[in-house]
Amino acid sequence: MGTNGRHSAPTVDPLATDRSVASARPGGRWDYAPAPETVKVVVKPSYGHYIGGKWSRAGAGAFATINPATEEPLAIVAQGTEKDVDQAVRAAAKALPAWSGLPARERAKFLFRVARRIQERAREFAVLETMDSGKPIKESRDVDVPLAAAHFFYHAGWADKLAYAFPGRTPRPVGVCGQVIPWNFPLLMAAWKLAPALACGNTCVLKPAETTPLTALRLAEVFDECGVPPGVLNVVTGDGRTGAAIVSHPGVDKVAFTGSTEVGKKIAAAVAARGARLSLELGGKSPHIIFEDASLDQAVEGVIAGIYFNQGEVCCAGSRLFVQESILTEVITRLERRLATLRVGDPMDKNTDVGAINSRDQLDRVSHYVSLGREEGATYHEASATSLPTRGFYCRPCFFSNVQPSHTIAREEIFGPVLSVMSFRTPEEAVTRANNSPYGLAAGIWTDKGSKVFDIAGKLKAGVVWCNTYNKFDPASPFGGYKESGFGREGGLQGLRAYVRLDVPTGRTH
Amino acid sequence: MPERLDVLKTYKLFIDGKFPRSESGRSIEVKDRKGSVVAHASHASRKDLREAVEAARRAFPGWSGSSALLRGQILYRAAEMMEGKRAELAQALTAGRGSTGSRQAQAEVSLAVDRLVHFAGWADKFSQVLGCHNAVAGPYYNFTFAEPTGVVCVVCPPVPPLLSLISLLAPVLCSGNTAVVIADAADPLSAAVLAEVIATSDFPAGVCNILTGDLDELVPFVATHRDIDGVHAAGLSGDLAKTLRAGVAENIKRTVVHSEVEWDSAACESPWWIEPFLEMKTVWHPASA
Repeated sequence: MGTNGRHSAPTVDPLATDRSVASARPGGRWDYAPAPETVKVVVKPSYGHYIGGKWSRAGAGAFATINPATEEPLAIVAQGTEKDVDQAVRAAAKALPAWSGLPARERAKFLFRVARRIQERAREFAVLETMDSGKPIKESRDVDVPLAAAHFFYHAGWADKLAYAFPGRTPRPVGVCGQVIPWNFPLLMAAWKLAPALACGNTCVLKPAETTPLTALRLAEVFDECGVPPGVLNVVTGDGRTGAAIVSHPGVDKVAFTGSTEVGKKIAAAVAARGARLSLELGGKSPHIIFEDASLDQAVEGVIAGIYFNQGEVCCAGSRLFVQESILTEVITRLERRLATLRVGDPMDKNTDVGAINSRDQLDRVSHYVSLGREEGATYHEASATSLPTRGFYCRPCFFSNVQPSHTIAREEIFGPVLSVMSFRTPEEAVTRANNSPYGLAAGIWTDKGSKVFDIAGKLKAGVVWCNTYNKFDPASPFGGYKESGFGREGGLQGLRAYVRLDVPTGRTH
Repeated sequence: MPERLDVLKTYKLFIDGKFPRSESGRSIEVKDRKGSVVAHASHASRKDLREAVEAARRAFPGWSGSSALLRGQILYRAAEMMEGKRAELAQALTAGRGSTGSRQAQAEVSLAVDRLVHFAGWADKFSQVLGCHNAVAGPYYNFTFAEPTGVVCVVCPPVPPLLSLISLLAPVLCSGNTAVVIADAADPLSAAVLAEVIATSDFPAGVCNILTGDLDELVPFVATHRDIDGVHAAGLSGDLAKTLRAGVAENIKRTVVHSEVEWDSAACESPWWIEPFLEMKTVWHPASA
């Protein structure tokens, strides 16, 4: 992956580093000179909704979205009401016949344009994303934005090829899609939701998370610039109440949600009441397994990338580490060493590995779990030499050893830079313990033995299994979970399924 | 007095490879179209459902781990056994309320056997059709394939009792899920006979469990049971479908409720009937030396 997000390949190694573990100063860190990202982004004082191709004004209930790295307000955004949602759904319904009836290759060209325009404005998107979310500029620049553009590019190409995607069936658009997305990858999640939906001929009402609405609103500007017809994309900002209004609106034919399992279950029940279609990408407590025959340098890098990428605010974060007993001490020592080299601080600094936690609420939640881990008797390890900025929502990346499977930190999704390290003796035990969770989103395996890779990959109940790698994403690769981590896939051939209904060709075939 | 008294059959439940009566000690009066009682079937309770789910859960690792070829052969074996039990199945259909005559019953048995053969053949093919290799932008070998979801509850409508049961059940079993079937009390006899087919077709115990009972009573328990992973249903009343959909949210069950199915149509024979009870797994591995 190049450092220039505009034209680089989308498959990325989030925390790739050439720093050698052995050369890190014990307990300390390298003192890099500050390397602030210098591109400035214009943020308007306030933003309304984007409905039917028009911008509304942020009316009553508007609230500030803040920079979690500084706690300073960035802009005022609108609190979407039921009326706003209703207007957006109507606009989407109005735009539906023309958009779905457009020759597929013309629809494709709109989406290709959007992909290109995101690439052209890549740095602006990256800076804005980092300002609004707290994630390191290194990640927004090299992961979020290029992947978002790649998602539009990939799905644009599907628009006129859908007839080949579903053997024996004719795919048709579902209709108006209500899409509610989280704050951890604001632009990327918007792309994951919008690109397949629009390629399949649906129209969308998108609600970004209340703490990270700015890149979705800027994406609406891009759609406008690209001449996408009014109403095809509508963006309504607001908190959970706005999301609830979208989910329960009778004009929404399909609901797509990414977020917590707790909210996902409520949405599933609300959608069930009116029989709309649903796809859910929910929480996780993903197991990461290191066997004694693994390449330890790579495995430890993978574990670090797996849990500290995006401050651990990742649904598929490898938050449960299972290490084969014979190498447990060695792995813990290496993790401590590597943890000490992580640079925590100003997300806008190009050297920063771990930025700010997205919100005060989330920081409190993570801190709560860290104290629970200590209270329940696990051993706490942190990069103690790291000094945190005095303002902003920062959390020291850490891990726990001596964790019991019954500990809260080993069972519940923390959504922060907190890793639980446990051990196992046999492959069977590793699989049993890895699968002992209501979640089933992702899993990681480290071993140099090929047959073991495939044996364990086949036995883990997870929608994505990373073998000798972790946290890789690509628009062509489906993502989504087993069990209570949700249903439906996003990305790839299988990701299209959520956005089409499959008609049976007329006429008997036998 | 007849010269020889008929030996009447006791229609039982089928749980974990055995034929128990309902633990509740209840039975269903099965009536013909004129309302006369023609037989009694077991009236499954919530506890029977729980036991069936436990058996299905125990059977899941073995069945899902068995080779696709073996699963296909066992499904085909079941079709062979059905063919051999044509007369009894047709008679069970004629006796109940659903079918109008023996010709229609014979036709239903034929369609059901053929449908089972159809899905037997899918066992080692659906993942080839639904999975793929993914061309990711990087040095990775990346592919997506299908795995069975787990324990799936099959809820059958009263008409057509046998064909709908096979159409809902076969796609669930062929991919390696294990099943708990609930056949509607209105016409349960063919389901009870089918249990004997399953019992003699080399299915491991617990892979397919068959209960006969009252849908209004059992479906709410199915909806909220934490160890059922999916529900494949058809012909539910609006209220019952709503209860089911609201309950399944609790543990994110994969749920399909068909309405207005043309059961004799080839539309029921497709990998898209298998797909709802599959989990697509995507595996990444570096492809660099």
